[in-house]
Amino acid sequence: METLWRGLVEALYLLLSLDPTVWRIALRTLAISGSATVLSALLGIPLGIWLVLGRVPARRFWLTLTHTGMALPPVVVGLMVALLLWRTGPLGFLEWIYTPTAMVIAQTILATPMVAGVMVSGLQALGQEARWQLLGLGASGFQAAWVLVQQARGALLAAVMAGFGTAVSEVGASLMVGGNLKGYTRVLTTAVVLETRRGNFARALALGFILLGLAFWVNAMLTVLQQREADPDS
Amino acid sequence: MRRLWFLLLALVLVGCTAGQKPKPPIILATTTSTYDSGLLDALLPEFERETGYKVKVVAVGTGQALRMGREGNADVLLTHAPEAEKPLVEEGWVVDYQYVMYNDFVLVGPEDDPADVRQAKDVVEAMQRIARAGAPFVSRGDDSGTHKRERALWKAAGIDPQGQPWYMESGQGMGATLRIASEKDAYTLTDRGTYLALQDTLNLVILFEGDPRLRNIYHIMRVNPEKWPHVNVEGSRALVAFFLKPETQQRIATFGVDRFGRPLFYPALEQVREVEPSPSP
Repeated sequence: METLWRGLVEALYLLLSLDPTVWRIALRTLAISGSATVLSALLGIPLGIWLVLGRVPARRFWLTLTHTGMALPPVVVGLMVALLLWRTGPLGFLEWIYTPTAMVIAQTILATPMVAGVMVSGLQALGQEARWQLLGLGASGFQAAWVLVQQARGALLAAVMAGFGTAVSEVGASLMVGGNLKGYTRVLTTAVVLETRRGNFARALALGFILLGLAFWVNAMLTVLQQREADPDS
Repeated sequence: MRRLWFLLLALVLVGCTAGQKPKPPIILATTTSTYDSGLLDALLPEFERETGYKVKVVAVGTGQALRMGREGNADVLLTHAPEAEKPLVEEGWVVDYQYVMYNDFVLVGPEDDPADVRQAKDVVEAMQRIARAGAPFVSRGDDSGTHKRERALWKAAGIDPQGQPWYMESGQGMGATLRIASEKDAYTLTDRGTYLALQDTLNLVILFEGDPRLRNIYHIMRVNPEKWPHVNVEGSRALVAFFLKPETQQRIATFGVDRFGRPLFYPALEQVREVEPSPSP
């Protein structure tokens, strides 16, 4: 209990004292997980739309695969990316292992199925009926899809939030492919692991609170955007 | 519904029979090296058979292990950072502080040895050569026993590596740090056991060894029951005694010989020591 309290106090102190190390770690976290979120949105949103509205053979199979992807274990993704990027691996010549690039790749792989999955749910909630109605009114397949996606803008932002949440909270893959190198690939989650191992429980907890604060701030921005989109009159 | 009641009854009965005077488990907080090397897996089943206690091993960094002892979250500690252990003994957080075994640290690096560490006459000069050449060096950076030793060596060499472009900190365990050093063609300080266990998968060779300043000493200690009344006193006494008795010390002396051709740890008890670690230059 005392450790929890000290953690909270230390988190406030670290933030208010503008501790440069902590701020840099927080900014690096935002840059790496933000890049992964953008990439996974670029991949996952079209994938989700295609899965619901496109002419997909064996649609159920692909949907199940996407939903399984939402449960991808980070350490397994980390291991696979590491095996590819190690110098002995097939992509070793790129020299990406233990760089932020490797972390962005791993987090993108983890977040993409999440974005696609949430997108699928959002579009399915609108129902196939809406699409048939639109087609009945003489819209082309592409036009119908466009109208539906506009209807599902809320789902689109929810998908991006889910993607960011997955990328920013993940630790197993980041440790493995990033290496937790100080000042280079150390992000908030890997720093929490390190401080715990050092026995600095209060500092570890403080970094955890900062991570929560960061996620809250990003989601708040997205929510403001979502609400504005949902209600054009305000 | 009736079946559910039967199931619940059965569970309660099983719980009762299983709960007949179980000995409370012992929590052993230790460093990753003793666990990852397989030493504890080789020793503890014997202890559990002899005494009936179950040992829960928590393998963490030395920093965390000592912290767990100080906060009463472990019964016994097995760590290798005498300087960091000293305050715990002096402030009475632990008792029965005993020297169990030692092994040694080695400097490893890429085969072509860009900093000419092989030519160094002692470990301090080896560190100075790395700094002078600006050759990449990966530090644990995690306040572990190995990291503390590395920092002491830099200090002895009169070098502050913090912020130098060639100095990296992994903040991870020995295995992950060796892997990073191997991928980055860098030097690192490692305990011999972890290096030997991973040798085949690394592009690293031992470049410097044998300096007395590279000795790695392990102590075992009990968490003081006067500070934390809930510790398992009987169990922790038995475990400390087990580590110090000649049969166990003998087993430590031979552990790893079949796999690596040399022991990974040397027991504190001199009579059972068969081989000395690499001779001092």
